[in-house]
Formats: sequence, structure tokens, C-alpha cells
Amino acid sequence: MSDIYILGIETSCDETSASIVKNGREVLSNVISSQIDIHKEYGGVVPEIASRKHVELVIPVIDDALKLSGIEPSSLDAIAVTYGPGLVGALLVGVSAAKSISYGINKPLIAVHHIEGHIAANYIQSPQLKPPFICLVVSGGHSHIVLVSDYGEYEIMGRTRDDAAGEAFDKVARALGLGYPGGPLIDKYALQGNPLSISFPRVTFKDGSLDFSFSGVKTSVLNYLNSSSQKGEEINIYNVCAAFQSAVVDILVENTVKAAQKTGINKICLAGGVAANSQLRTTFSEIAKHNGMEFYYPSMSLCTDNAAMIACAGYYDFLKGNFADLTLNAVPNLKLGERFIT
Amino acid sequence: MRDNALCYESFCEEDTYEIGKSIGNGLKAGDILCLTGEIGTGKTAFTKGIANALGVIDYVISPTFTIVNEYFGRHNLYHFDVYRINDIDEIFETGFEDYIYGQGITVIEWAEMISEILPPECIWVRIEKNLALGEAYRKISLNK
Repeated sequence: MSDIYILGIETSCDETSASIVKNGREVLSNVISSQIDIHKEYGGVVPEIASRKHVELVIPVIDDALKLSGIEPSSLDAIAVTYGPGLVGALLVGVSAAKSISYGINKPLIAVHHIEGHIAANYIQSPQLKPPFICLVVSGGHSHIVLVSDYGEYEIMGRTRDDAAGEAFDKVARALGLGYPGGPLIDKYALQGNPLSISFPRVTFKDGSLDFSFSGVKTSVLNYLNSSSQKGEEINIYNVCAAFQSAVVDILVENTVKAAQKTGINKICLAGGVAANSQLRTTFSEIAKHNGMEFYYPSMSLCTDNAAMIACAGYYDFLKGNFADLTLNAVPNLKLGERFIT
Repeated sequence: MRDNALCYESFCEEDTYEIGKSIGNGLKAGDILCLTGEIGTGKTAFTKGIANALGVIDYVISPTFTIVNEYFGRHNLYHFDVYRINDIDEIFETGFEDYIYGQGITVIEWAEMISEILPPECIWVRIEKNLALGEAYRKISLNK
């Protein structure tokens, strides 16, 4: 079989990204035009949600990705694009660009779920990795435990019932006045704090569900900060970060390991922006070692939103012949495992 | 806030949920609820109650990151969190007008941030803490 070259496009949230991936796992280029610096200009806490930024950036970013890869558009085998979930205005920019290119060069279009992309980042990082495995997908908008039984086959085993893990990090960082994005900052401060100094709740459900709830821990941190300042007590930010992060990490790890044990699968993967958290990685490494499990996680640059992961996920759809046509639309509330392709 | 507020008292998250549910039972197609209240006051818990009243079976999760979540029930529920909006134009990119002028129920957290573009017939719900009455206490007032 000859080599397969896929152009991936991702515009579901803040990043405009395009990438060329060879045979699903070899990244030839992965251009990310992050909008995060724009957010910092706005007092550091309010990300800008601007589709027009994607409009301005999408073509230059695709051009760059092609140039860096040395691949001519005519050599592409397919175009893979994120079509949900995300903001409809942002998604539409990528979907429209992908449809135009697909039509222009007469190559198939592949519709990729954003979370599938995050999971696929592990395939790029660890070329030997194959399903089945359990993947914990944690980001600003997602907290899912997913059973990946085969390429493109997903079953959600647990998910948040209120806030996403990354969102809890952002909101606690905001309350502490640390800035945005909250995850890396809390991670940094936590290194110098004592996780046992304050006890924040770890919520599990009595029905044996592997779901998460992070709203309670967020509220406890806020209550702790309020009552400390009312009593005139000094707040040790390092300790608050360490104790909060431990509460979140403990429950993420506990439920994911339970999912692995329940299914008898001894491979665990991390995915999503919160997968960059150092304590989460360390704790998983230790637990996996202790339980004789394999543990995989993507590098920092593959944890954040990027188009290489979309091209990689698209490759497995390409092999199965799962193509979309030019009626493809953005689906803001797309659920993992659902397909909205005619 | 305008006069003629209807007030409820909540002593725990479950109360807030039940108050949301009872208000949800009285809503009709096209209603827009604007929620105000600082972080961690239970705006999402309140919306979960509304969703239950509307017959939504899916989990109602925080829309902070996604800006809007859509649920299907007896009436559809469109749950917005506009905290991340910093330019009023951005809200239109979510399909905002299609939602609020549609046949579902729209709930908007941090609605005061976009008050200039909201229609006058919105129902405003303010959730306030009163630490003198305990960490969990919330006063929930409704203005039509």
C-alpha cells in the first residue's frame, strides 16, 4: 500500500491548527496559531472567543502546514476536520475550509470528533499503542473515561455531572487571582505546597458509577478562601493549590483505574489539556506500575488542541472508508460515538 | 433589580435544585431566564432543577467552556454561560438569536454581562450568599 497523507484541520476552540500526517502516525507538520496571547491581554482570565480570528488565520496556517511538510495539495489523500463539539462559529471556519479544499482537489472529506482527536494523540506519541485501552480525557470542557475497544470504537464509562476538571482548575485559579490558563499555574504552585494541609472533598457516587463531580471541590475551595479571609487568616496559596490539585487528581486516577479493572484492560492513556498536569502523570505512573498496567500519555504539545491528532484520528476513518460529503455541518453538541454524517 | 421580586431561601444545593425545579414547572415556550450570582452560588445546580422540570434526562453540565449546551425535553433547554464573552459580537457566533427567539427555554448564566442585547421580557433570577446565615445559605429572588 502506498503512503497515505492526510491534512488535518482543527478550529473548535481557541487554536487554529493544520497538520500533515503520514500513515496516521508520522507528523510531517503541525502548525498551531495559538490565540492564548490574545487572552492574556484581557486581564488574563477571559479567553476571547473569536471566529474571526480563525477566519484570518486558517488559510495561512494550512499553507504553512503544507509548506513545512513538503507535500503538494495534489498529493493529499484526504482532509480530516473537527466538526464538533465546540463553538458553532469557530467550528464552521474549519469545516468550511476543509470542504472547500476537498471539493477543490477532489479528495475525500473526513469528519472527526474533537475528543477522538485527543485520544488519537496517543497513537502519534506511542507508535506501538493499539486498542483496546482505557483513556481518561480531561480538558477545560471534558472529563471522560472512555473505553477504546478498537480504532473508532468508543464507549463512555464515566463523565462529569457538573464541571469539567480543567474548568475547576480555571475557576479555582481565578478565585486565587492566579490568572489564565489556570491548570499550569496551579500545577506550579502546588509543587511548593502541602497537599495534606487542607482537606477538600473527593466525590464518588454510591451507585458505583465512574462519573465525576468537580463542582463541590470548587465550592469548598471558595468557602475555604471566604472563611479564611473573614477570620483574618493568611491564605497559603501553595497549600490551597496542592490540596485542591490532589483532590482532583485522586478522583481522576481512582475512577480510571476502576474502569480498567472493571473491563480487565491493563492499558491506560491520558488525553486532553489537563493530561499535561505533572501530578496527574506522576500519580498514574506510580499506580500503573503498582498494578502492572501500561501507561501512556502524549507530550505537552500533543495534549493541547492541535490538528495532528485530528489527522491521525481521520486516518483510521480513511482506512474504514468513513467519509463525509459536502453537506457536512458543524455539530456544537456532538457526543462521542455519535455520527452526524449523511 | 426591579421591584416585585419573588424570594426563595435555599439552605443547601438540593434546595437550590428544588427551587429551580418549581420555577421550571411554571415556564412556557420561549421563556428566557437570566441568572446572576457570583461563582459557586449554584447557578448550574438551579439550572439542573429547571432541566428536570422540563423532562431533560441528560446530565446538565457547566457551559462555562462551551458557552452553550443544548438539551432535549418537553421543552428544549438552551443553557448559556456568557462569562467568557468579552465582546458583545462574540455572543452572536454561538447562534444566540436562534436560541432565544426559538421555542425552547433559555437559561443564561452571567446574563448581566450581555444585558444590552437581552429582550425586555426576560425573567431575572439573582442568587446571593449571606455568610451570616452560613456558607450554604442562598437567597434566590425572581423578577419578571
